[in-house]
Parts: sequence; structure tokens; C-alpha cells
Amino acid sequence: MASLNVRAALLSVSFLILALGLWEMATQPPEAQTGMTEYEMLMGGADQESRVPPPSAVIKLAWAELSNPFYDAGANDKGIGIQLAYSVYRVLTGYLAAMAIALPIGFLIGMSPLMYKALNPYIQVLRPISPLAWMPLALFIIQDSDASAIFVIFICSIWPMLLNTAFGVANVRQDWVNVARTHELSPIKTALTVILPAAAPTILTGMRISIGIAWLVIVAAEMLVGGTGIGYYVWNEWNNLDLASVIFSILMIGVVGMLLDLALGKAQKLVEYKE
Amino acid sequence: MSKSFLEVDGLSKVYPDGQGGELTVFEDIRFALEKGEFVCIIGHSGCGKSTILNVLAGLDEASAGNVVMNGKEIKGPGLERGVVFQNYSLLPWKTTLNNIVFAVKARWPDWSKEKVKEHSERYLKMVGLDHALNRKPSQLSGGMRQRVSIARAFATQPELLLLDEPFGALDALTRGVIQDELVKIWEETRQTVFMITHDVDEAILLSDRIFLMSNGPNARIAESVKVDIPHPRARATIFQNPAYHKTRDYLVDFLVNRSGSALPEKDGTPKIVEPAKGVAQSGPASDESETESETAARAVNA
Repeated sequence: MASLNVRAALLSVSFLILALGLWEMATQPPEAQTGMTEYEMLMGGADQESRVPPPSAVIKLAWAELSNPFYDAGANDKGIGIQLAYSVYRVLTGYLAAMAIALPIGFLIGMSPLMYKALNPYIQVLRPISPLAWMPLALFIIQDSDASAIFVIFICSIWPMLLNTAFGVANVRQDWVNVARTHELSPIKTALTVILPAAAPTILTGMRISIGIAWLVIVAAEMLVGGTGIGYYVWNEWNNLDLASVIFSILMIGVVGMLLDLALGKAQKLVEYKE
Repeated sequence: MSKSFLEVDGLSKVYPDGQGGELTVFEDIRFALEKGEFVCIIGHSGCGKSTILNVLAGLDEASAGNVVMNGKEIKGPGLERGVVFQNYSLLPWKTTLNNIVFAVKARWPDWSKEKVKEHSERYLKMVGLDHALNRKPSQLSGGMRQRVSIARAFATQPELLLLDEPFGALDALTRGVIQDELVKIWEETRQTVFMITHDVDEAILLSDRIFLMSNGPNARIAESVKVDIPHPRARATIFQNPAYHKTRDYLVDFLVNRSGSALPEKDGTPKIVEPAKGVAQSGPASDESETESETAARAVNA
């Protein structure tokens, strides 16, 4: 009996083959008929061109794109690697800025019930706002589309980090805080050597949720601001009616999103502890 | 009037009872500890033993009264008082060794890395854990965790050690083994220890004096019972001492029949009781030191 992993992998691959096979069959052009209808003749026999491309066409395109991901042939023709790099750069910049704000403020809110009560109403109002709703205001104030996209990432990734940090810090076991107190640790030392490691798993959970949301939002933000990035790329290929490229870039968005999540997952493993 | 190492004067704790009134858990607690004494405190649940210990640790505040150690009033926690909590309170993300290193570094910030490590390892060896230096608390049994916690407290060499029912969560066999270890470490270091327990045998094995608390609310430390059994003691042989049975009978009788109504002396100090007077087969050296401390306590009380 093969191990569970081997059996799962086999099953996964057969699902993939089945799905690709169905997709391929469903998207075959109809067999050439002896005569075209008058309408088809008027349309120049263009019917099969507007079908969803079969997986074989997507794979062929993917191969071509991925074998030269970083070419740059002008504003509207850049390699998929360059577009993804733009998006990742924006996500990471906005995300790091959010971290720089969310972690200290989260700490403050978690440590001080007064600050929690004072700031909580604002957080509750600001948190449910769709990040894209900030876009017009950001464009007007910042007057730069690239920085506006980064701002939108910043604003959407700040909330899970902020709330999880506050929650993690507020729920550090009193016993551990007492250990710090009986050993006369300074407030800074207590924060760094006891509260931070104790709350780290909760904080990392917030950071992992944030990076997921940031990656969801960047695609939409780039569709709006245009110019570069994977979101712009998808929209541009849609305007070109190049559906194979659209499908290919959708898959790439998934792959990069998964990699970002995996990276945060690894970081989470590093700070986890068992009681 | 001679000053004792630790003096507790008129301590009381009042909580709101949730119906607009007040609930006095304990009141007018008065006692003194001498340097090098091992004192246990026994009482039924709810009499406020843990609160008294937390006040001594500086983790809780009394509603009235004060605690003076070495002539200085205790306000807030400090490194000169080490605490062993019932639930071990080890930092789970640190290894066994680093849990001790953490405390030793806090106590002596200017020690070199090697010195800190060597000192920490020495105390882990004392509790027989030198094979588990790099394991995390989650990989240790309850007994081993409590050993680490005890090693941490002794390693910082506090002037007063506070043990809050340290063996309460352990099974009887493990408890016995660690009691033996605690006896051994204490014989080596002769630190001043104040310990809460529910276990009469444990109290007799470990302490020089045992404080008996009456029931809460309005609990008092009613009696101070002298344990007249010479050191070093061992769990396996202590019951052969006739003083052991006298003392044990006295303690059990108090806890079963008298803890509801017992009161201290009129001046608020615990009544001094020597249930095994005359039957003790005590060695001259330890007898003398115990008499000394008892005399000192009497002097303070008077």
C-alpha cells in the first residue's frame, strides 16, 4: 500500500488530467461545415476565434512567456516576470509600511486598555472600508498613480496586523508577565523578551492574513491605475482579446500569491511554540 | 526590640463582594521570618494564602498593613525575592537552559556569557536536569518543568524564596522525588523560604515552622507550630521520629476541628506551639539555631 502522500499526488494528477481533458474537448472549434450561413459569411468565419482557448494553447503561450519572462519591448509589451515584479514590489512596499505602523500601534493598544478604548471606534469604522474606495482620494492627494497603488496596499494590509498584534499582546499569559516583573525587567526588555515572543504567533497570523489581502487588492488596484503590474497586464490582454494570456496571468497570480503565503507560513513556523 | 529579616505587620486584604459590600479575606496578619528559616503556611482554600504570598512577592497589594524586609518596605516585585509558581511559569519558547540564563542575566547583568551559562548549568545539575538543557518546556513532564522552575528561583540566589504550592499539580510519586531534591538544595543553600502547601507531610518534611491559618473570610494566622525534627531530614526515615507523629496529629486536628474558630494571641501574633516538646531527638547544632530563631520571633512578637 503506497503512502498517503503518494496516493494523494496520484489523485491530484488525475484530477488535473481530467479537468484539462474536459476543457480541451469543450473548446475545440466546431468541425468545418459544408456551407456557412449567410451570417457566418458576413462575419468572415470569425466564430472560432472568440472561443475560450483550449489548455494546449495556454500551455504553449505559458512556455513562450516563461522562457523569456523579462523582455521589455515598450510600454504595452513587457514580459510576465517584469509585470509580476512591479506588483510584488508595490505589495511589499505598502506591506512593510503597514507593518511599521501596525506593529507599534498594535503593541500600544494591546498594552493599554485606555488606548484600546480610545482608538477602537476609529479602527472599527476604517477597517470595513474597501481599500479601492480610498483610490480617488489617494490619487488626488498623492497625485501619483504608483504611490496611490502602494497606499491602497498599505491601508488594506494594516488592519489584520494591527488587530492581531493588539489581541496577541493583550492576551499574553499573566504568569509570563509576572515572571518578567519578578525579574525586574525594564518595560522595553519586557516587551522585547517576553511579550513579543509570546504574542509572535498571533502577530504572524495577522501578517499572513494581510499579505493575502494585499495580493488580492493589488490586482484590482493596478487595473485602475494602469501602466505596469500584473493587474494592468490582465486588463490589457482582455482589451487585446488575448484570452490565452488572460488565463495564463490568472494562473500566475495564483502561483505568486501561494508563494507569498508559503513564505509567511514558514516565518510563522519559526516563532511558534507549544505550551 | 530586635529586627527580624522579614516583618509582616497588620496585613489585610479587602475585596468588593459584588453586592455593594466588602469582603475581608484576611486581616491583621502579623509574623516575622528569620534569615535561613524554612516556613510553610497551611490553611483551607479561600483563606488568602496565595494573596499573602503575592503581596510578599510584590505582585499584589494589600489593603492595609506593610511588609518590611531587611529594614526596607516591600513595594513591587524585585530580584531579591524569587518566586516559584504552581503552574511553573516557564517561558515556552525558550529552552530549559535559556529559561535559567534569562533569570541569571537579569540578576547579574554584567556577568560574562560563559559565567552565566556555567552558573545556570550548575543549578540545572542540582535538580538533575543536565541532560535536558536544550529541550523546550513542552517536551518535559510536569515534574521536570517544576524542577526547572525551582532551579530558576534558586539560581538567582534571592534573599527570600516564595513557593506557591509548587507541587500541587504533580502526582504523588513525582512530588516525593522533588521534595527530596528541594530538601537537598535547601540543605546546601540554606535560603530563607516561605512556602504554601496543602500537604501536612510535605510541610513537616520541609519546614522549621508551620503557620496555620484559620478559615476565611477574616482569616488570621492563628498558630505557629514548631517542627522539632533535626536536619538533614529524609522522606524515607522522617516518620520514624516520634516528634513527627505528634506534630502531624496536631496539624491534622487543627485543620479538621479547629480551623474555623482558632484565633491568634491578643496582640495579633500567632500562638507559638511546640507539639513535640520533650520527645524530640534533635541534634544540638540545629536545635540551637532553631531555638535562636524562635526566640527572635518571640522577641518581635512581644
